[in-house]
Amino acid sequence: MEGKKLYTLLVYSENIAGILNQITAVFTRRQVNIESLNVSASSIEGLHKYTITAWSDQDQIEKITKQIEKKIDVVKAKYYTDDELFIRETGLYKLSTDTVLGNPDVSRTIRKHGANIAEVNPTYVIVMLNGMTEDIMSLFHALNDFGCVLQYTRSGRIAVTRSTQEEVSTYLEERELRRGAGNNAGA
Amino acid sequence: MQNEIISGAEIMIRALREEGVKTIFGYPGGSIMPVFDVLYDYTRGENKAFDHILVRHEQAATHAAEGFARVSGEVGVCIVTSGPGATNTLTGVADAMLDSTPMVVIAGQVSIAALGTDAFQEVDLVGLAQPISKWSYQIRRPEDIAWAVSRAFYIARSGRPGPVVLDFPKNAQVDMAEWKPAHVDFVRSYVPYPTPDEHAIAEAAALINAAERPLALVGQGVELGNAHNELLEFIEKAGIPAARTLLGLSALPTGHPLNVGMLGMHGNYAPNVKEQECDVLIAIGMRFSDRVTGLTSTYARQAKVIHLDIDRSEIDKCVKTDVAVIGDCKVTLPAITRLLKKNDHHAWRESFDRLYDMEYEKVISKAIHPADGPLLMGEVVNAVAEATGGDAVLVTDVGQNQMFASRYFRYNRKRSIVTSGGLGTMGFGLPAAVGAAFGAPERTVCVFTGDGGFQMSIQELGTIMENRVPVKMILMNNNYLGNVRQWQDMFFEGKRSFTKMLNPVYEKVADAYGIAYSLVTDRAALDGEVARMLATPGPYLLECAIKEEDNVLPMTPPGKSVDEMLLEIK
Repeated sequence: MEGKKLYTLLVYSENIAGILNQITAVFTRRQVNIESLNVSASSIEGLHKYTITAWSDQDQIEKITKQIEKKIDVVKAKYYTDDELFIRETGLYKLSTDTVLGNPDVSRTIRKHGANIAEVNPTYVIVMLNGMTEDIMSLFHALNDFGCVLQYTRSGRIAVTRSTQEEVSTYLEERELRRGAGNNAGA
Repeated sequence: MQNEIISGAEIMIRALREEGVKTIFGYPGGSIMPVFDVLYDYTRGENKAFDHILVRHEQAATHAAEGFARVSGEVGVCIVTSGPGATNTLTGVADAMLDSTPMVVIAGQVSIAALGTDAFQEVDLVGLAQPISKWSYQIRRPEDIAWAVSRAFYIARSGRPGPVVLDFPKNAQVDMAEWKPAHVDFVRSYVPYPTPDEHAIAEAAALINAAERPLALVGQGVELGNAHNELLEFIEKAGIPAARTLLGLSALPTGHPLNVGMLGMHGNYAPNVKEQECDVLIAIGMRFSDRVTGLTSTYARQAKVIHLDIDRSEIDKCVKTDVAVIGDCKVTLPAITRLLKKNDHHAWRESFDRLYDMEYEKVISKAIHPADGPLLMGEVVNAVAEATGGDAVLVTDVGQNQMFASRYFRYNRKRSIVTSGGLGTMGFGLPAAVGAAFGAPERTVCVFTGDGGFQMSIQELGTIMENRVPVKMILMNNNYLGNVRQWQDMFFEGKRSFTKMLNPVYEKVADAYGIAYSLVTDRAALDGEVARMLATPGPYLLECAIKEEDNVLPMTPPGKSVDEMLLEIK
């Protein structure tokens, strides 16, 4: 496909069972793979935030975003390119203590990548790195060359917008103003 | 009454009454029994609030609810049991989703303690229904019922309507709670009526004012938004020829001078060709279905496209839009009309007539006034259309019968066509006609069906018999799955793979159900039998022995541009 790039979708929804299913179903229907996914409570009470990355062209990600936002309990969905976001991911590396102690290049590599040692015991060392995908992958490849990686995992992306407008809060305030008098919504 | 403590089942029934429901299509079963137990008491005596129509299959309950909703504009309601009862509704739910039909399906479910244990007749209905419904929700406690039902109806009927599925576990039916009516008219995450953008309205009006060859495409959105008058004022002020989609056929009366026919693969020739000649295309409450656009890469490339829709996700979905006017067309149409200059476009409008004449000569006259040979679908539809004078409700099944019926029926009144457009559900016709008869009891309901689709829902003759539903069933029997047979002949070298069908003796079937019946084999008898059908009170089955190998024309072959529409098959 022409012009495919990695888009990040930020979705805010009510905290109701089954929303994740509804969101992923929009991707499944078009057979688009989700590259990474992070779900957590947002700063707005009662709202959950989904951070989803996927390879797509703009036309397709636009249609996916609209179809997600159409879901009744989804408050907002918007897609971004990397330059519009502050992005972080976390990598965890479980290394064999023997190798780490036996080869000073391992520690040098860890320092050079700006990673932290989070836990040490006689069997293993846990190293943690926050950064972009490429940083985390690069440390993995470097450590893997030493043959010391017992386990490795990389988190889904989390991101906040670089915009100075807080669109979701503003949107919700506007919505609340429209709430009709004497209505009973909510349970 | 304060602090009235009643069962969840009774709360459900009272909540439905609060929503103004009067007709329910349903089928009882194990895990919905508490609801049916209460429902019984609310269908008779001084408590009577509802008519409950016992269908013969849960899928038929959904199609009946759809037919009811389409003609009445109210929400259609079904109550079914869990497991197979629930899965049987899914075709109807998908059908209602694609055709924007307001419907609420209430399905029993096993008690929440048994969820996830593969209990008897347990199925994950919310999971199954989510991708094909507007909203699906499991009501787990009796305290939530009134709120959930009100929210369900609000969502089903507001904005772009659609089906809502309520999964109702048995514990919530039998547990007790206080009866407190709820009235949901706001959901913060859901904007049913977007506020139109003034700039878009001005831009749309400017484009239309500058247009030399404007063409309006009218969809079901006009019916759903009850914007019939607003549409007339819009097209009449600027002299814009208007074509209708299959679902929008009765949004504009057949005889209106600006009506230029039906869009689509088997629509009229003129609007299909003119989509490729117009300079401004104004789509109103329609979604550019592939059956309308043909090959999208060549579709209306020369035109500026204005798209009026209430659903933001329809914009740019299939056809790139130059100006999107998002909102309720009841609001956006008059807003644009105010800015329009009076116009006539006389020569442009007349240019449609020449194409219509070509279609009339090559297709229409042969279809509705054949000189000899076996009976044709087109002439049967035409005979019924003439006899009912454009005032009847047309219900169709799917296939050739649907295309002939929609092409040759007449529509003087709004909400007069009930057909499965998006999903193309065979078997839709008969139960949808039952629903339409309950939704518009003062009107004549005619359902055209083929022998294939009729047999897919033939059990509903039982519902018709029991309720003496006055549906006029016109069975156009060609002993074939005619539409597929036509495609086999055109695109599969005539290999008729499983499209020839052995039929039962329908006279005996009708007799078994005590339904009046007659058979037309002879052209000379057609008008008389149609008159007899319409004059006979109650249900009637008119079987017409149709030419076995007739084709629907015109036709835009799949993968072709709309202006490559064929008037004849060589």
